[in-house]
Amino acid sequence: MGFDLVPILLRGLDVTVRLTLTSAALAFAIAIVAGLGRLSPFAPIRFLAGAYVEVFRGTSVLVQMFWFFFALPLFGITLTPFVAGVAALALNIGAYGAEIVRGAIRSVPTGQIEASIALNMTPALRMRRVVLPQAFVLMLPPFGNLLIELLKATALVSLITIPDVTFQGVALQQTTGRTTEIFLWLLVLYFALAYPMTLAVRWVERRASAYRKA
Amino acid sequence: MHATVDTPAPTSAPDAGDPIVRFRGVNKRFGDLHVLRDLDFDVGPAEKVAIIGPSGSGKTTILRVLMTLVRPDSGEIVVDGEHLYHRRVGDRLVPADERHLRKVRTNIGMVFQHFNLFPHMRVLRNVTEAPIHVLGLSKAEATERATGLLEMVGLGDKLDAYPSQLSGGQKQRVAIARALAMRPKVMLFDEVTSALDPELVGEVLSIIRKLAEEGDMAMLIVTHEMSFARDIADRVVFFDNGQVAEQGPPADIFTAPSNPRTQEFLKAVLQH
Repeated sequence: MGFDLVPILLRGLDVTVRLTLTSAALAFAIAIVAGLGRLSPFAPIRFLAGAYVEVFRGTSVLVQMFWFFFALPLFGITLTPFVAGVAALALNIGAYGAEIVRGAIRSVPTGQIEASIALNMTPALRMRRVVLPQAFVLMLPPFGNLLIELLKATALVSLITIPDVTFQGVALQQTTGRTTEIFLWLLVLYFALAYPMTLAVRWVERRASAYRKA
Repeated sequence: MHATVDTPAPTSAPDAGDPIVRFRGVNKRFGDLHVLRDLDFDVGPAEKVAIIGPSGSGKTTILRVLMTLVRPDSGEIVVDGEHLYHRRVGDRLVPADERHLRKVRTNIGMVFQHFNLFPHMRVLRNVTEAPIHVLGLSKAEATERATGLLEMVGLGDKLDAYPSQLSGGQKQRVAIARALAMRPKVMLFDEVTSALDPELVGEVLSIIRKLAEEGDMAMLIVTHEMSFARDIADRVVFFDNGQVAEQGPPADIFTAPSNPRTQEFLKAVLQH
């Protein structure tokens, strides 16, 4: 079964987890800002947010990563592998997230907005206290999916020299040649990370939407 | 254009007062549909006005325009002496910005057909939210005000419930308390019983009736409940085709309508 391989693969676990959590936090912030930007009353802001989403959604995340790591130094900007990896993952997933944010905000019923106007709330207050809390509940399931996508996409950072679990696996495969065992363990490891995340998101979702069926 | 008036301007009668709401030449079109046609319409302070009329006649649009949910195409609206959609710069009127709208809106409150409670907030917070964050009341003041109002509408024991745990009638009573907590001078009721099961209509109407009896708040009530309109209104306005077709004291409108359209409408609705 190759249990002896596991400790070596696990050396990359900490990198994979840190990469996932850092990129997820950043992607979430980017998604909120860009999602709100796409709904802005100001056309230039809408355009910028829209351009960002289309560019980062419409190109390969691996190529984006190569740009950050291999191409930017040619313009005098050198990023550490970790920063380049996080930047590419967060910007790519953030672009998908922005569409989720936009869709969720737009599906809050207009009656909620009208009630906020009738209570004379400012647009900012209305967004913060009425629209976003309700939109957040709608965002959770698709955000959960994105988080899993993100975790799996972190495997790509092994190609820009970051020693994550996939990097360790590939290195181990080259030295030992035990191909099937190593890659099977890698699948198990990713699943072992992803499934608890799914459960955690589901739990948060249940808590956050409790008011609906209370 | 501007005729000079030599005779001294009449001082306003002590009890009549200036209207709290004044529509002058207000127009609103939705595509081909002309829902408000050169509407002139006044509401006195503390006056209770029931607006009746066929669906699609534009009666709800009057309320929505007044609540700034729908911008009129033209005309002027004045609320408590202040232009709603315009602001005075020198002696010119220019379109109002959001800040001006917010200032004039403090005088107006609205209760909606579909309640529009905030589903993620408990009942108490639905009612304290705007007083705290819009009026700047302290949490204690807002809670005291909200508790009093919720008791008045008979929901003193539901402060911690979520809207999803309430019946339609209870939801609408919370919505009334929520609107009252802002202490508006004019309250708009937009078909507030139309979405309710028949057995729940009474509990909502009786609260509005109570408000009408005690209050110095002006009330504009769009309703299909004819007997209710007749009971509480100082004036009934029959609205048809974007205009006031006929208006007067409930006794006149309901017993001896002069406009054939009013007669036809009342005959149709009172048959049920």
